[in-house]
Amino acid sequence: MKFGVVVFPGTWSDRDCGWVIDQVLGEQLQYLWHKDADLKGCDCVILPGGFAYGDYLRTGAIARFAPVMDKVAEFAARGGLVWGICNGFQILCEAGLLPGALIRNASLEFRCEWTHLVVERDDLPFTASCDAGEVLGIPISHGEGSYFADPATLSRLEQNGQVVFRYCDVEGRVRPRSNPNGSVHNIAGIVNARGNVLGMMPHPERCAEPELGGTDGLKLFRSVLHHAARALAI
Amino acid sequence: MRTHPSQVDERRLREVALTADEYRVIVEALERPPNDVELGMLGVLWSEHCSYKTSKALLRRLPSTGRHVLQGPGENAGAVEIGEGWAVVFKIESHNHPSAIEPYQGAATGVGGILRDVIAMGARPIALLDSLRFGPLPESKHHFDGVVAGVGGYGNCIGVPTVGGEVYFDDCYADNPLVNAMCVGLVRSDQLMRARAEGKGNLLLLVGADTGRDGIHGASFASVELDEKSAERRPAVQVGNPFLEKCLLEACMDLTRSDAVVAIQDLGAAGLTSSVAECAGRVEGAGARIDVAKVPRRERGMTPYDVMLSESQERMLIVVRRGREQDVTRIFDAWDLTSAVIGEVTDDGHVTVVDGHQEVARLPVQLLTDGVPLRRLASTPPPQPRALDLDRLRPPADLGASLLRLLASPNLCSRRPIFRRYDHMVGDSTVVPPGGDAAMLRVKGTRIGIAVTTSCNSRYCHLDPNLGAQLAVAEAARNIVATGAEPLAVTDCLNLANPDRPEVYWELEETIAGLAQACRTLEIPIVSGNVSLYNESARGGIHPTPVVGMVGRIADYGRRLHAGLAHEGDFVLLIGSSQNDLGGSEYLKVEHGLVAGRPPALDLMRERAVTRLVLAAAAAGHIRTAHDCSDGGLLVALAECCLLGGIGMRGPALNPEPPLRVDAAFFGETPGRFIVSLPSRAMPEVQSLARRHHVEISLLGLAGGDALELEGQVKLSLADMRQAWEGGLER
Repeated sequence: MKFGVVVFPGTWSDRDCGWVIDQVLGEQLQYLWHKDADLKGCDCVILPGGFAYGDYLRTGAIARFAPVMDKVAEFAARGGLVWGICNGFQILCEAGLLPGALIRNASLEFRCEWTHLVVERDDLPFTASCDAGEVLGIPISHGEGSYFADPATLSRLEQNGQVVFRYCDVEGRVRPRSNPNGSVHNIAGIVNARGNVLGMMPHPERCAEPELGGTDGLKLFRSVLHHAARALAI
Repeated sequence: MRTHPSQVDERRLREVALTADEYRVIVEALERPPNDVELGMLGVLWSEHCSYKTSKALLRRLPSTGRHVLQGPGENAGAVEIGEGWAVVFKIESHNHPSAIEPYQGAATGVGGILRDVIAMGARPIALLDSLRFGPLPESKHHFDGVVAGVGGYGNCIGVPTVGGEVYFDDCYADNPLVNAMCVGLVRSDQLMRARAEGKGNLLLLVGADTGRDGIHGASFASVELDEKSAERRPAVQVGNPFLEKCLLEACMDLTRSDAVVAIQDLGAAGLTSSVAECAGRVEGAGARIDVAKVPRRERGMTPYDVMLSESQERMLIVVRRGREQDVTRIFDAWDLTSAVIGEVTDDGHVTVVDGHQEVARLPVQLLTDGVPLRRLASTPPPQPRALDLDRLRPPADLGASLLRLLASPNLCSRRPIFRRYDHMVGDSTVVPPGGDAAMLRVKGTRIGIAVTTSCNSRYCHLDPNLGAQLAVAEAARNIVATGAEPLAVTDCLNLANPDRPEVYWELEETIAGLAQACRTLEIPIVSGNVSLYNESARGGIHPTPVVGMVGRIADYGRRLHAGLAHEGDFVLLIGSSQNDLGGSEYLKVEHGLVAGRPPALDLMRERAVTRLVLAAAAAGHIRTAHDCSDGGLLVALAECCLLGGIGMRGPALNPEPPLRVDAAFFGETPGRFIVSLPSRAMPEVQSLARRHHVEISLLGLAGGDALELEGQVKLSLADMRQAWEGGLER
């Protein structure tokens, strides 16, 4: 299948996502330039990590106005798979494709470390190869990854089951101590109501090979592949 | 109108940090007095920071050649071949004075500057390291927090992982912290670029940030002592824009694929003046003509002097083949970068600066780059440091309590609170993360691993600068070897106090002699480096701090070693033997409040034997983990093996044979030692390797459990040790 990886000026996970797609999985890779007004037939569009436009003003605030984002929004509206990782999640929130916002870590410091995530939904294109309740080890790397939403939005997210990943301990228990950044309800990743737009702060593209410390990130990429294969079979 | 050297305004000379003698040399060479712009240009390029006038003659003693060396000193960075057509490019540089005054921006722009040095060689930066020194906490928290945030702020944003480094705390750095940043890049050997202004008529293109008035006289400022007026120099500290540099980085990577580019040179200290002069200076007879009116500016009313001396960050000078400028500007346009042709390469051996039609400066390139009279300063050994009378040292009352205090010492405790603020994973190449000995990065598409580290125990250097420098090289090499990689080459950053004091100049001589000896004996050439002098305030000078950045290589990173114990039941061995080396130790400082004695004796041939043994055992797959045993001594190293692996160790009591003392056995810092672990079945092989290399080994115990126990001597749970170790920086 064909993955599109969007490159804004200041993006840096593009090459890591590209490496996993192209070299680890052997799938088709298409970089999409922020000035592009065409998604070039990609089946899944990844908005990778980085500091798009330096994240000046506010994370993702400038990137949402990039020409490519209009096409990403149209693609999402048609049910296309859009996957925001780290800065990509921040951009999706700024663009209104996902609710809520990502604010400064509670520690007020950048955090780059391994976290555990409990998978709450295994019926999504992004998680179909996981089991609900499964614990994944995936690293974070951000200064502004504390998920925040107003109480009404939050309860809607919870009721609709839109919370996909929560920070937990190694046993899968969702505890304040296992929350690395102060996110409400330990939220690490959410989907839109339709289930085709995922935003997550942790970096699955950093744990797709054992020499990097783990391979749990691959499960998410494989899920997308399986989903595409099933869609083709139907 | 100045007609005679003696008539030059002394205040003006002070402003550009030139001496009357240097001024006289300039007038003699030019056969006329320099004008104001020329004087400013010469002032910055003849500053200690740019010209190395105090250290140059000494630096020639350092070994800089070897079979892997592609590029030694003299370029933006050094380069060594690592096989399969790849080369690593690396350099370390100081940003001490700016960081003393404005810690965040000082550190951030230090990182930005060293990245550009590597980019200029056509290499993609793959790792950063930071070697930091502060006064004790909590008094120096302002420096510490600002610097760590600044290093992270730049590295995290630009997307180059910060994978290693070191930090030490000592009173001598209270007013003058040290911030040394190292960058490692990767390039195809045949695409390595050199910043040479070749080809008359080729164009000089300035790209990146607009030029402002920031940082004027920054290089001169770096070449004087800090004083109470230094805070007024804050405008001389530049502000970094890592986003812009990220765009510059990607654009330069695109450029290196084009044959339209002759050379790339970064603009750092002394800005345009230095980059143009250096570029031209590397080519016999070359010169350059620059029109300052064509330099894109950030503000109005800038004079030619301002433009030539500005140290605005995130700028690069590109030498473009005449007629191919469109190919290059097209790349910059794609990244929305401002670029402008500001001049051209000439063959008249002069840097000529015009402002529109008016010539404002014309200086011989050689006068700028090599004209400064080298300084030969008086040298006197300082008084001998305090002797250490071991007989008067009371033995440790409680080994466990001493160990806990050492683990909590800011100089030994866990660095996780620092490196978790740095993105150390971006790039998907970090196969040995920070926290152990050296970090390791893989070269994608190959099995090659590159180990990187920095090292320097400046307390040793204070007690004996020559031996201290040798110990720094030896420790860096052990750090590299502990990952299973073979040391390849060194970049050094020599941080010292004011060399005008004969004791400091003596320290400089001794430091360089020590570095030269160790690198020569261990056959590890020094391919790049930096000297930072005048690290001194009213409270006194810093200890000599020759930071050794080292790069190593392993053919198959699948054979790499981590420091933490890996398997329950593994044998834990000490490789090498301990002596009564308590002089300058952390134990002596923490437990006895003493900084005294001689640093540990170093036998470089023994270092070679021990490291060769470990490399052979690692390559054959006999050992599973390895950790350098140095700062803090054996017990601290053992505790680190346990804590990093999350596995305890149990062994019999360790009863040293006289004359080895108990305190020295547990806490002495004898070099040439490793702690390794291995499955019991590999023991015969390791024993035979040890015999072959004439190295002593001794069994310390078995990995397992959740405590570190030496029967009847010490028993501490991992949890207690972890609490002490991980809390050491939280004060």
